[in-house]
Amino acid sequence: MTQEHDKVDGARRSFIGAAAGLTAATVAPGVILHTVAAAPRAEAVTDKVRWGMLIDTAKCADGCTACVQACDRENGLDLQIKPEGASEQMWDRQRAVWIRKVQVQDNLTGRVTNLPMLCQHCEHPPCVDVCPTGASFKRADGIVMVDRHTCIGCRYCMMACPYKARSFIHQVVAEKLTATPRGKGCVESCNLCVHRRDHGEASTACADACAAAGHHAIVFGDLKDAGSAVSKAMAAAVSRQIREDLDLNTGVRYSSI
Amino acid sequence: MKRIVYREWRLQPERYWGLLAILGAVAAIAGLAALYMEHHGHWVTGMTNQVVWGTPHVFAVFLIVAASGALNVASIGTVFGRTAYKPLGRLSGLLSIALLAGGLMVLVLDLGRPERLVVAATTYNFKSIFAWNIFLYTGFMVIVVAYLWTMAERKVNAYSKPVGYVAFVWRLLLTMGTGAIFGFLVARQAYDTAILPPMFIIMSFAYGLAIFILVLMFAYHQDKRPMGDVMLFKLKNLLGVFVAAILLLTLMYHLTKLYGTKNHGVEAFILMTGGIYTAMFWIGWILVGCLAPLGIVYHPVLGKDRTWIAAACGMVILGGLAAVYVIIIGGQAYPLEMFPGKTILASGFHDGVAGAAAWYSPSIPEVLLGIGGVAVALIITAVGVRVLQFLPESLSDQVVDPHVAAKG
Amino acid sequence: MANAVVRGLLAVTGLVWALGAQPVAADETFVTPGSNAAGLTSCVEPTDFMRRNHMEIIKHQRNTVVHQGIRDSKHTLAGCIDCHVAPGPDHKPVSVYAEGQFCHRCHAYAAVDVNCFGCHATVPTPATASKAASGEFGPDVAQVSDQGAAAGGNRP
Repeated sequence: MTQEHDKVDGARRSFIGAAAGLTAATVAPGVILHTVAAAPRAEAVTDKVRWGMLIDTAKCADGCTACVQACDRENGLDLQIKPEGASEQMWDRQRAVWIRKVQVQDNLTGRVTNLPMLCQHCEHPPCVDVCPTGASFKRADGIVMVDRHTCIGCRYCMMACPYKARSFIHQVVAEKLTATPRGKGCVESCNLCVHRRDHGEASTACADACAAAGHHAIVFGDLKDAGSAVSKAMAAAVSRQIREDLDLNTGVRYSSI
Repeated sequence: MKRIVYREWRLQPERYWGLLAILGAVAAIAGLAALYMEHHGHWVTGMTNQVVWGTPHVFAVFLIVAASGALNVASIGTVFGRTAYKPLGRLSGLLSIALLAGGLMVLVLDLGRPERLVVAATTYNFKSIFAWNIFLYTGFMVIVVAYLWTMAERKVNAYSKPVGYVAFVWRLLLTMGTGAIFGFLVARQAYDTAILPPMFIIMSFAYGLAIFILVLMFAYHQDKRPMGDVMLFKLKNLLGVFVAAILLLTLMYHLTKLYGTKNHGVEAFILMTGGIYTAMFWIGWILVGCLAPLGIVYHPVLGKDRTWIAAACGMVILGGLAAVYVIIIGGQAYPLEMFPGKTILASGFHDGVAGAAAWYSPSIPEVLLGIGGVAVALIITAVGVRVLQFLPESLSDQVVDPHVAAKG
Repeated sequence: MANAVVRGLLAVTGLVWALGAQPVAADETFVTPGSNAAGLTSCVEPTDFMRRNHMEIIKHQRNTVVHQGIRDSKHTLAGCIDCHVAPGPDHKPVSVYAEGQFCHRCHAYAAVDVNCFGCHATVPTPATASKAASGEFGPDVAQVSDQGAAAGGNRP
């Protein structure tokens, strides 16, 4: 409208900035302490954050499966039991896996790289595009997951995923955790520990386990926050997406590969 | 041309009910197989987290593709104005509905949660070709019913042409939609191509026509109705053209993929090193499905023999099943290319260690379910021609061809 | 005259039958003894409302949880289970969908099979690993989910 309204009030801005900084400095220690036992989320998620990870494959240890075991424990996947009558081989092909270790070797140089592979939480997920009911969806904060209330078990998302990140539950689930409901006939994949996200915990099970094992290969955090650990790590390292030619803008990035 | 008289299929009651009993038993067994898979979960099948669509999908896609092609005969009569084909329009419409119903039944019963079909019918994500297909398939049924009505009910005969046009276009969209299920997937080397929708259209022409010819020959033979060479040879020659077109599009698909180095892996897999998939491709898809039928159709002696013609139709069908098997299952068995230029040494989720293909073997419940879909389609057809006046009384040369009638 | 008498008798019988079939008299309760709920006068909403509308609440709540991540509602399914689960003879929580337990009693009577517990845990388990470490859920958090009629757990 008028010129006066459009002009920025510099003095006001700097006052607010200083006040905010002072408040943050006062409150911050308390906030960090409280994250572990934080309250459940009261308001809807927004796209002000985007959760993602940076995985440094140079730090990923050969033979270590700490992230896999932690994920299994966190999400009730270690409660899966081979159905009576199934062979070990079939069970190995049919059991749900949310994160796995992959070891690759370069055909020319022979260099071996270890890395965990999981749902990449793409910004343009093919699995979300193909789901007929919209059960496979991207949450506002970037987490790509399956709404198991709507999933009809058609497995089209599994066909569409360029990372083969999804699993189909092939048998009745006898034991499950309250935080991660899972049952026969639906499709599932890594949800960046969404129950932890919604209860205010700082990180995912895999990232915590990797840190606890001393490798610190997985850094999790808010990609939209320039001050977060993951953003700083990405600024410091050269990272890439797996299958970047598909232009999916994944939330999970890899370095040293 | 002479006025065509349509009569119900007058097979002897014992044989008719016997046929229904056999088909019903097969369908019932398929129902039990579906219940078994649903109750225990898919661990009882050969499907895994690597090959997620198995034999039921092979049968379902084949039946759906054939369904759209079966309507071709009616379209040739209505849309392209070929008078000789007009008497066959009603059977063509009925068969297309029957095949589609059978295919959809198999597809729905293989869902992880078939009880959520209502959710699938009420909640839609319209970026998904699956969601569009739900409308395309159900809409197809409605349109073909309307088409049949315009053909069979004299008062609305005039609408037969416009409805026929709609049915023709809808059918092409439906088949392209089915091909797009795979063509739209960027993830897998065997898919992600625009040629799959038109290839499915061409395949639908051949498979639908082959099934149509067999059903027609069987129905007329059992009821001792005359079918002259003129009509049969028209259909046979048309089949030859469609099969040749399949060969052409298959060639285009593979030549295009072979040109780009990034696809050499999947092409080598399908054409050379894929074991069962290579065998299915060369022997099933190409030899039995295309070359042998072409040889029969255009052979001066064999091409005029009814048994050989029926055999050629059977081969096209078998070749079609093999083709769909290679596309759906072969396409999944070949590992995802996540790390070009690298070899996978180890993986916790069967990512194709050293380029190894994923394992898959059809299990009995899956095969039973697939065959049950065929049985359901045949039941609908048998009941339809028995109860409705859909089969012309005669397809002898005098009836079909005015020139022969003038001479004789 | 006879017609009217017959019709009247039928109407009365029907009314009595319908009234008698009301599953719940004002003071009858389906809450399992020993559960937290047994000690409370009413649920998160008035009992009558819950009896008729709990399914709507659950359906709405599941969308807000999954799509919006809102977890602090008093209507969470985990909250229902926390309150309504009762300990068995060995003092371990018994599945709320087991025969004779809270959910099952009404649902068996109404012949409405719900498949919530195909996916959802039927006894309380820790919400996060850190809470499990806190020990508030006891040393043993393994549970068996009994889906009522479809019992058998993992065995086909």
